Amino acid sequence: MRYIPNTSDDRREMLASIGVSSIEELFADIPSSLRENFQPLGLPMRSEMEVASMLGTMADRNNSTDAVCLLGGGIYDHYVPSIVGHLLSRSEFSTAYTPYQPEISQGTLTAMFEFQTFVCELTRMEIANASMYDGATALAEAVLMAERIRKKGVVAVPLSLFSHLRRVLDTYCWATEIEIHEIPYKEDGTVELTSLPEELSAIVIQTPNAFGVIESLAGLKDRMGEALLIVSCHPLSLGLLQPPGAFGADIVVAEGQSLGLPMGYGGPLLGLFATRREYLRQMPGRVSGRTVDADGNTGYAMAAQTREQHIRRQRATSNICTNSALCALAATIYLASIGSAGLRQVGELNLQKAHYLADGITAIDGYELAFSGTFFNEFVLNIPGDAAVIHDQLVQAGFAVEAPDDLRAVGFENALRLAVTEKRTREELDRLIQVLGGIR
Amino acid sequence: MSTIFECRCSEGIGGLFPELDVPAQGVEQLIDPLLVRTQLLRLPDLSEPQVARHYTALSKMNFGVDDGFYPLGSCTMKYNPKLNEDVASLPGFAGLHPRSDVLRSQGALQLLFELTGLLRDIAGMADVSLQPVAGAHGEMSGMFLFKKYFEARGESARKRILLPDTAHGTNPASAALAGFSVTEIPSDQVGMIDLKALEEALDETVAGVMLTVPNTLGIFEANILQVTKMIHTAGGLCYFDGANLNSFLGQARPGDMGADVFHFNLHKTMSTPHGGGGPGAGPIAVSDLLADYLPVPRILQENGVYGLDWDNPDSIGSVHSFYGNFLVAVRAFAYILQLGDEGLRTVSENAVLNANYLQERLKKTYPLPYDGLCKHEFVLSGKGIADGITTLDIAKRLIDYGVHPPTVYFPLTVREALMIEPTETESKETLDQFAEILETIAVEAKEDPQLLHEAPRNAPVRRLDQTQAAKNPVLTYPFDEKAE
Repeated sequence: MRYIPNTSDDRREMLASIGVSSIEELFADIPSSLRENFQPLGLPMRSEMEVASMLGTMADRNNSTDAVCLLGGGIYDHYVPSIVGHLLSRSEFSTAYTPYQPEISQGTLTAMFEFQTFVCELTRMEIANASMYDGATALAEAVLMAERIRKKGVVAVPLSLFSHLRRVLDTYCWATEIEIHEIPYKEDGTVELTSLPEELSAIVIQTPNAFGVIESLAGLKDRMGEALLIVSCHPLSLGLLQPPGAFGADIVVAEGQSLGLPMGYGGPLLGLFATRREYLRQMPGRVSGRTVDADGNTGYAMAAQTREQHIRRQRATSNICTNSALCALAATIYLASIGSAGLRQVGELNLQKAHYLADGITAIDGYELAFSGTFFNEFVLNIPGDAAVIHDQLVQAGFAVEAPDDLRAVGFENALRLAVTEKRTREELDRLIQVLGGIR
Repeated sequence: MSTIFECRCSEGIGGLFPELDVPAQGVEQLIDPLLVRTQLLRLPDLSEPQVARHYTALSKMNFGVDDGFYPLGSCTMKYNPKLNEDVASLPGFAGLHPRSDVLRSQGALQLLFELTGLLRDIAGMADVSLQPVAGAHGEMSGMFLFKKYFEARGESARKRILLPDTAHGTNPASAALAGFSVTEIPSDQVGMIDLKALEEALDETVAGVMLTVPNTLGIFEANILQVTKMIHTAGGLCYFDGANLNSFLGQARPGDMGADVFHFNLHKTMSTPHGGGGPGAGPIAVSDLLADYLPVPRILQENGVYGLDWDNPDSIGSVHSFYGNFLVAVRAFAYILQLGDEGLRTVSENAVLNANYLQERLKKTYPLPYDGLCKHEFVLSGKGIADGITTLDIAKRLIDYGVHPPTVYFPLTVREALMIEPTETESKETLDQFAEILETIAVEAKEDPQLLHEAPRNAPVRRLDQTQAAKNPVLTYPFDEKAE
């Protein structure tokens, strides 16, 4: 097998030097009943060429990727600049382990430090970690952290949270026995915060929310007493939108997929996590810090490790170890590539095109925006007639749109949620408007 | 090395995105002016060659498996086949949205379904969830399953998890996340679980045990069947940390050993790269007792059509946004398909052969506290090599010789531990060179200890002051420093 360099001669010599006569003998410590019970998979060995072809055939069966993508709900079809993949594929980055030996991991550690800086710049927060698994676990860990700090046993969570975030949050809150108080929404699609319980560890706000509506955070922090403000945001919108840190957010989390990651059927993703400096000791996850070497030169090493599981064990702030380092590197290269100007440009392309589509569709009889609130690149429409029928027609016409079930789960019988990124062209959007206009 | 923020800004990357092709509206007409960003945004505006040079320079300050020997114990730093990367970047996989219509995602669902089956059979257990995305995430999900199981049985008083003193640090942290307290079980003189201590710890408050097989000393628990039987008899469950699966692939199955949950580290055993700290994947295999509680969604197949089942009221719920780290699963699937049964067995045979060969040679120079047959890894001690020399010195000196140091100071049961895992993808020649280097370092330690204290000298930076990073942490680029 070509991944194994030892020859039969090597193996013979090695066995002799160990003082055993066969490889079998090296497994004599495994109870014989276990070895006798062993069942193979019935799987032949295959050549690289055959496997490449098999996987190619499977990939081709996903014909959804041939369609014009208007799917969203937290994961978006953004353009990934060519340079990201090329730099990411350098095996010095991709085949390294966690940077336990900083002297030969300066590439990873410097990039982590840059990533943390980018996250703080985008969100206007003081500190950030080196990544979480995804936006959902980042939010769940934010809630656990707020609970460690405030210990009220209850958090308030909007009904307008993405369904995948809510599912994961429900699991973590069940396991840690934190109660969830649901925040309803107003007619314009923003949160209705008038009747909150007094004692809360945190209030979670998602902006833009699951309806695509941008929440106004102004003045919110002053009205919430002791509870921490956790904001789950969309990082690609932050070139245009006021960042959560400007409104006094205590913890900011996000799904970072839009920053240079492929959609990849939902994984790997990238959790962003930022907070106030005063909460450093309570923050989960790795952090890279600037330090000096024996000659006084600048270098980077993992910092604040006493929070972490390999030192603190059951008293760690989190169990997270392997995270999303390479995805964080992708986001770092993406942001370094597009810069402030690029981030504003891509944000504006998303905003303008989404509004162009919304204007075009709502000009058709029977279609209207479900909410009057401001949106960024995603919106919900009330539609005339059966959502399933309209969905099927769009799919037939070559568009990938969300199945009606997902929206039904949050209470919309006849609705359509559409996301528009910089990748969509006017021609595609016009065609979509035309198809919808023709359905009767 | 300077950061990207110190690069001199150019006119940026204009021309990356096309001009707006729809009629432009004023941003302030589309967004409430109060929501429009007024805060500083200090991203550098650079040309593409500047970005390429910076990150290529950073990559050269890293050490990956392709750079050289990487015997990091418990991490299984094997070679990562290049095919893995090609198949994971196929547009039909990489460009697939997780909310795509299931009928138009059949290839992806088929892959998830088939990989689920293969991992289930490798583990010899009842079912598998691919959702957890890291080893520790699998542990946590497993602990959630334990909690659900005892809730369903009305045995919520079972609040303790037993852990051998050799356990990975993630084990106790994961148990704590599910609300369990941890009781440590000592090892005996040969490095295995002390059965008497285990017996004494068992009572009706015990939810179960978390074991690593073989354990972190590289030793296969001779009494594994007895240990799991004792736990089951006492009404508890057995969690198996699968970090060390590489040593018994194709030889034995955790299900036959009595595991109720077993997690895979696809980024270790199944060769998907580690990425400098992820993304990984930590699928969990479970016994019949726990199959009903697995995370949703489940991948289904009916008459050749694949689907997603979200509806299971008994489930612990979801632990990740969608279906886990799909593109990592693609890589692992390609690896298993290439290897087949014969290849999987060859992996463990060579991994164990390499480890025993190195152990046999190095124990003549370095103390080996637990001497005997090892599996895929073994633990030496750097103690007593020479006065004033620590394992950290030895590790840093290895860097000067161009090899990645082993895992150090773990497991905690060995003083000045050096935990060495060569993996199957290294040649005898590499192992011989490594042994020579460690032997040379032992001589240097006595004759010229400064070489060790001052190591590394042959690295991008000298030894770093990690206490300063802890005391006065600078965690973001200080933009204002230049102005001062």
